[in-house]
Amino acid sequence: MNLTLKIWRQAGPTTKGEMVTYPVTEISEDMSFLEMLDVLNEQLNARGEEPIAFDSDCREGICGMCGLMISGKAHGPEVTTTCQLHMRSFSDGDEITVEPWRADAFPVIKDLVVDRSSFDRIIQAGGFISANTGSAPEAHSVPVPKDKADRAFMAAACIGCGACVAACPNASGMLFMGAKITHLGELPQGQPERDARVVNMVSQHDHEGFGGCTNIGECSSACPKEIPLDVINQLNKDLRGALMRGE
Amino acid sequence: MTTTSTTPDSPLPGLVHGLYAEGEPIRDTKAPTGPIDRRWNTRKFEASLVNPANRRKLSVIIVGTGLAGGAAAATLGEAGYNVKSFCYQDSPRRAHSIAAQGGINAAKNYKEDGDSVYRLFYDTVKGGDYRSRESNVYRLAEVSTNIIDQCVAQGVPFAREYGGLLDNRSFGGVQVSRTFYARGQTGQQLLIGAYQALERQVAAGTVEMFNRHEMLEVVVVDGKARGIIARDLVTGEIETHLADAVVLASGGYGNVFYLSTNAMGSNVTATWRAHRKGAYFGNPCYTQIHPTCIPVAGEHQSKLTLMSESLRNDGRIWVPKNAADCEKDPREIPEEDRDYYLERIYPSFGNLVPRDIASRQAKNVCDEGRGVGPKVGDFRRGVYLDFTDALKRMSAEAVAEKYGNLLDMYQRITGENPYEVPMRIYPAVHYTMGGLWVDYDLQSSIPGLFVTGEANFSDHGANRLGASALMQGLADGYFVLPHTIRDYLAKGPFDKLDESHEAVAEARASVDARVAKLLSINGDRSVDSFHKELGNIMWEYCGMERSEEGLRKAIDLIRGLRDEFWRNVKVLGAADTLNQSLEKAGRVADFLELGELMCIDALHRRESCGGHFRAESQTEDGEALRHDDEFAYVAAWEWGGQDGAPVLHKEDLVYEFVELKQRSYK
Repeated sequence: MNLTLKIWRQAGPTTKGEMVTYPVTEISEDMSFLEMLDVLNEQLNARGEEPIAFDSDCREGICGMCGLMISGKAHGPEVTTTCQLHMRSFSDGDEITVEPWRADAFPVIKDLVVDRSSFDRIIQAGGFISANTGSAPEAHSVPVPKDKADRAFMAAACIGCGACVAACPNASGMLFMGAKITHLGELPQGQPERDARVVNMVSQHDHEGFGGCTNIGECSSACPKEIPLDVINQLNKDLRGALMRGE
Repeated sequence: MTTTSTTPDSPLPGLVHGLYAEGEPIRDTKAPTGPIDRRWNTRKFEASLVNPANRRKLSVIIVGTGLAGGAAAATLGEAGYNVKSFCYQDSPRRAHSIAAQGGINAAKNYKEDGDSVYRLFYDTVKGGDYRSRESNVYRLAEVSTNIIDQCVAQGVPFAREYGGLLDNRSFGGVQVSRTFYARGQTGQQLLIGAYQALERQVAAGTVEMFNRHEMLEVVVVDGKARGIIARDLVTGEIETHLADAVVLASGGYGNVFYLSTNAMGSNVTATWRAHRKGAYFGNPCYTQIHPTCIPVAGEHQSKLTLMSESLRNDGRIWVPKNAADCEKDPREIPEEDRDYYLERIYPSFGNLVPRDIASRQAKNVCDEGRGVGPKVGDFRRGVYLDFTDALKRMSAEAVAEKYGNLLDMYQRITGENPYEVPMRIYPAVHYTMGGLWVDYDLQSSIPGLFVTGEANFSDHGANRLGASALMQGLADGYFVLPHTIRDYLAKGPFDKLDESHEAVAEARASVDARVAKLLSINGDRSVDSFHKELGNIMWEYCGMERSEEGLRKAIDLIRGLRDEFWRNVKVLGAADTLNQSLEKAGRVADFLELGELMCIDALHRRESCGGHFRAESQTEDGEALRHDDEFAYVAAWEWGGQDGAPVLHKEDLVYEFVELKQRSYK
């Protein structure tokens, strides 16, 4: 198929960017979206133009490194990561816009590459259980009810890609944060630090410049791992409780 | 000192087979002797201690943030050392350990099915086709139980039973259920556990994190590893980082094949640069090729995707009996015209034969022209993995419950519905058992340079068992390295160094020169085109089946390609900015050197063992044939210089506890 791509090009963090049009031809429907960009980059390289910078690593939907706004949708038209999106989701003659994640807390580094280290700093603020190596009790000493273990797993499936932030009109990181609060909060091992965790993570989130949640739900719709919106309810409930308990 | 010998067939004087020199044998001097179940305790006790007050004066650089690197950085940070951690990705959470699906082995014996540390040790030595060290493997089995405790305490959400206790499954053809898992995302959950522990130490100030940084050189001063030269991938700045010890946890080198299940950025540069500075490379030819991957769809393919081999528990593998049927709709090929070749050749194990055997037989039937799916080059490279019988036997719901996420992934990638049409699979490069040679302390042949996880050669021998990679990464990172490195650090802090030291400045200048060189060639060919061509050579001649003739041809081809690369590669853009072409160029340049060494190693090992199948060494019915009398050793290769030949040092493998046997799955 033949397509018209309009791609965001930006030389560096402080330079002004623009949409640039690139026609591509003879695209196979079996290609992934990123392989289609690989083909374009090979053509650009051959004619002496610098290839388009974009992030990807595992290309099997689990590392969370890739992420593009494709015709206005985070990761494009399917519920999956950009690397797992295939060209059979498009039709011959389509015009496709390709942009980086847009959020104050994710500044653009170059072209389609953004800086998501704000997510790491939210985890540093409390997204962990303090258990030094070697200090752990025997694994079976604390049973975990299966329903709680399953819900913790569901929330832990978050890959930290940032699609929730990119999709949210407020650029809020609440789904990302709610997933971690839920994952650790469902487990008995996560209880001792539960109050401090939510308060510190939310504080860091706001400090990074993410917006607030107004219950729109775009985050959950865009999430390639289908993290449900109720992790945000959990976050709010935990936060309210922690503040009432004087954390 | 290096000695050389000649054999009658060596065309160049002084070199064996005209390709390498043979040096002095080496020995692992750190492994304690005595009863195998006391060796690790003995070593931990004998390793020197570092006073807690002194630890913050000691600095350690750790390259890579997967299970082995992330766990080590967190643990050394907790202990109070001054740690600098590096990864090329935008966050330590992206490391490719994350993609491991199946599970992690541990000898907990929660099923009371006869498992034990000794049995896990025995299975791993046997599974490695008797090419690993007994002491290392026993230690791995011993600490496996601690890993599960540690991960549970961190909040890793392993699968549980209704009573709230941990669930286990059997995996990779072993007869006990010792594999802990978190659906098909075990690697992700274990890595997030290590990542969170690491970020906790970043917050505590014991670990300084360098995201989007790539190590391009190791700094060796007075024979000791004392730092690295790294490029900030965002600004392009070349930085010097100095420390008392360096740990490489930079993963495997499967991407030398271009197409593999590794991440796009997985590379050999960290370990290869260390090799060039004196670290021996162990068993580079040992590569694991996984049988159940989604086949190549076309020339555009950038990577291959693995599907858990658990699919072989219920799926049946076949190809048409007649090449003429290969283009037909598989549903229209009658039962009597199908060849369920694994069930035919291996009636007792059937579709559950080990990975190396399943892979090689798939290649054989495709080489015969009976492969299915699209033609890539001259051949169709695919075989059917058919769930029709399972769907009849178990119902679609039951199949979806067990394999739904894998079947969905298959459909997303291929556009075909596996509930209606048999899936197509083909083997793909998945894991490299080879890596930098290390002693029992995980220290390389450069003092102060330690190597953990897939980046080292130890523990898996010539073939890795399923669910053992995660076990080794976390064993090294949480429980082994933190003990062994203290024995080294106790001798420090070492002399103060600054960036003006001759050896430091030289390392940095060499990186600057290389970056400038890559950007100045301005030839006609892209980096990817060289990488693809190298991958094709490696896959064809150093893949599932290797022969003397093919390997010699590959060595010539690689030398020619490497020469062309340095004359004709085209890398656009500048050095002082994010430049992904430049990053790739440096990695491919190192793969072009590694590939040759892999072929030389494969050529010198004139036996078949584990993932290494030599056409000249097979039984009458075509199975792998080891030669324990000649080859029961680790091949540790020393860099022979830019224009020199590599030097082989042999480390004899001694088996005191496990009896060597030929594997048979008939």
